[in-house]
Amino acid sequence: MNILVCISNVPDTTSKITFSSDHTSPNTNGIQYIINPYDEIALAKAIDLTEGTDGKVVVINVGEAATEATIRKALAIGAHQAVRVDAVPRDAWFVAHQIAMYAKNNPFDIILTGRESIEYNGTQVAAYVGELLGIPSVSIAKRIDIEGDRAIVEREIEGGKEVLSIPLPLVVGAAEGVAEPRIPNMRGIMSARTKPLEVIQPTAVPELSHIVKYESPEPRGSVTLVSADDVEQLVDLLHNNARVI
Amino acid sequence: MSVLVYTEHTEGKFKKSAYEAVSYAKAVADLIGTSVTAVTIGTVAPADLATLGNYGATKVLHVSSEQFAQFINQAYASVIAAAATHVDANVVIIANTFSGKGLAPRVAAKLEAALADGAVELPQFEGDKLNIKKTAFSGKAFAITELTAPKKVIALNLNAFEVRESGGSAAVEEFKPEVPAGDFTAVIKDIIRITDKVPLPDAEIVVSAGRGLKGPENWAMIEELADVLGAATACSKPVSDAGWRPHSEHVGQTGIAVSPNLYIAIGISGAIQHLAGVSSSKTIVVINKDPEAPFFKVADYGIVGDAFEVVPKLTAAIKAYKGN
Ligand SMILES: Cc1cc2nc3c(=O)[nH]c(=O)nc-3n(C[C@H](O)[C@H](O)[C@H](O)COP(=O)(O)OP(=O)(O)OC[C@H]3O[C@@H](n4cnc5c(N)ncnc54)[C@H](O)[C@@H]3O)c2cc1C
Ligand SMILES: Nc1ncnc2c1ncn2[C@@H]1O[C@H](COP(=O)(O)O)[C@@H](O)[C@H]1O
Repeated sequence: MNILVCISNVPDTTSKITFSSDHTSPNTNGIQYIINPYDEIALAKAIDLTEGTDGKVVVINVGEAATEATIRKALAIGAHQAVRVDAVPRDAWFVAHQIAMYAKNNPFDIILTGRESIEYNGTQVAAYVGELLGIPSVSIAKRIDIEGDRAIVEREIEGGKEVLSIPLPLVVGAAEGVAEPRIPNMRGIMSARTKPLEVIQPTAVPELSHIVKYESPEPRGSVTLVSADDVEQLVDLLHNNARVI
Repeated sequence: MSVLVYTEHTEGKFKKSAYEAVSYAKAVADLIGTSVTAVTIGTVAPADLATLGNYGATKVLHVSSEQFAQFINQAYASVIAAAATHVDANVVIIANTFSGKGLAPRVAAKLEAALADGAVELPQFEGDKLNIKKTAFSGKAFAITELTAPKKVIALNLNAFEVRESGGSAAVEEFKPEVPAGDFTAVIKDIIRITDKVPLPDAEIVVSAGRGLKGPENWAMIEELADVLGAATACSKPVSDAGWRPHSEHVGQTGIAVSPNLYIAIGISGAIQHLAGVSSSKTIVVINKDPEAPFFKVADYGIVGDAFEVVPKLTAAIKAYKGN
C-alpha cells in the first residue's frame, strides 16, 4: 500500500502572529516553522499502516526552498521519499491542484492530509483533492482502519460520530485520535539526509481569490474580578451585563 | 443571479446553524438585490421545510429521493452544485459544520467558484467581486479575502451571525437532480448519536476544565454546572491526552475552535494554543486559583479561587437564579 502524505509548513503553535505595517503579510521574522501538527498525525498513521510491508510513504509539500527543513523532518520521522512542488502555496485551491496533479501521475492507495492547517484553517485541501481526482474524501477523520480494499473511517458529526466504509483510493484529513505523532530518532535523522527529495514545477492554476489584508482580533477590556465568596455577583453580571444567561 | 443556501438537518430537524445560514443568505441577498433559495437534502416534513421562509428563503428545493437519505459528501456536493445551476446562484452559503466543511470545497470546485471558509461577517460587494472577513491562524487573526471569481461559496462559521426572523413564507418544490452513480461508493455503516449532551461545536454555552481538576473523577461537578446551564463540556489538550476526557472535547489550536456566547474556563492556565481556539467566545469567565494565570488577561470575568469550592457554589447560585 502506497500513501501520499500532504504536509504544510506552519508557524510554531507558540508564535505570536503579527503583520507588516500595512497589514498585507504576516511577519516571519523570529518565527519557527514546524510540520503542521495534524500532518504529523497523518504521517504517523501512514508509517503505522506501511511498517513491515513493502508499502511506501511519500510526503508532498507545496512550498519554496525554505520548507525543506520541514520536509527533511518528515523524512526523519519515517517517510521514504519526498516531493516539493516549487511554488508559493497561494491558497488551498492552488495547493490542491498541485497535489492532485502529482497523484494523477503517481497513483496512491490513500492520500492523507491534516484536518486543517493551523495557519489558514481552511479544511479545504482534502475535499478539493478528492473532487479534482473524482474520489471520495473525508475531511475530518478521528479513526482510519484498512480492511482489504476499503477504508473504515470514523468522522465526527455534531452530537456524535459516523462510521463510513469507503473503497480505496480516497483522501482523508487526519484529526487527533488517528495516530500518535512520532518523534524522529537518531537513525531517522541520519538517513533523512540521503532519502530522495524531488523538486517539481507547479502547474498553472487560475486565481479565484486572494487575501487583501490581515487583522488582529480586538483586544478585550480588562477582567472584572468577583470574589470567590460572592458567586451570586457573577451570576448577576452574566445575566444583567453580559446577557449570556 | 440569486443566493442559494444549503440547509443541513439531523433526522429531519434543522439546527440553529441552518437558521443562521438562511438568515445570513437573506442578508447577502438584500445586499445584491436578489432572493434566497434553500436546498434541503433528505426527508424533512413539509411544515419544517416551510419554516425556512421565516428566516428569509422564498423557495425551498427539497431533494427527498431515497437515494440521498444519508449524507455522502460527494453526492450531496453534486446536488448542491446542480441546485446552484438550477437557480442561477452566484453565491452559495454553507454552514461550516463538520459536514459543511467536507462539502464546501467540493461544491466550489464543481462550480469553479471562489471559496471563503470560516466567514465571520457579511461580505462587502464591489461590482462582481466581494470582500469577506474570515478566521486565520487558529483564531489569532482574521484574513480579509477578496473573491474575484464570478461564483462564490461562503462557508459561514457557527455562532458568527445571529438568527433573524423575517416572517416570510417559502414555497417548497421537489428537486430531482441527476447525480453520477460514482458519487455513491462510500457507505455509512453506523451513526452513533450522543443525545444526552449538548454538542460542543454549536453550543451557546461551554463549560471547560483543565489539568487544575487533578483527575477524571472530578468531572462530575463540571458536568453538573454544564447541566444547569444547558451547556456543552470541553477540556484542554493535556486533559484529553491523558484520557481523562474524550478527544472530541479538546478545544484550542489543535482541537475544536468554539465561539459560544459564554465560555467558562475552570483550572485552565490559558496557554496561547488553548486561547487560539476559544478567544472568539463572546464572554469569557475564568476560575483559577492562581491570580497570575494568563487566562485572566483575556477574560471578561474572573474568580481567583479553588475550583473545588467555587464550582459547586456557582452551580448552586445558577440553580437558585433559574428557579426564580
Ligand atoms: C503543538 C501544540 C499544540 C497545542 N494545542 C493545544 C490545544 O489545542 N488546546 C490546549 O488546551 N492546549 C494545547 N496545547 C498545550 C498548551 O500549551 C498547554 O500545555 C495546555 O493548554 C495546558 O493545559 P491546562 O491549562 O489544562 O493545564 P496547566 O497548564 O497545567 O494549568 C492548570 C491550571 O489550573 C490551575 N489550578 C490548579 N489547581 C486548581 C484548583 N484547585 N482550582 C482552580 N485552578 C486550579 C493552575 O493554576 C493552572 O493555571 C498545545 C501544545 C503544543 C505544543
Ligand atoms: N502547502 C502545502 N503543501 C502540502 N500540503 C498542504 C499544504 N497546505 C495544506 N496542505 C495539506 O492540507 C491540509 C489542510 O490544509 P487547509 O485546507 O489549508 O486547512 C493540511 O493539514 C496539509 O495536510
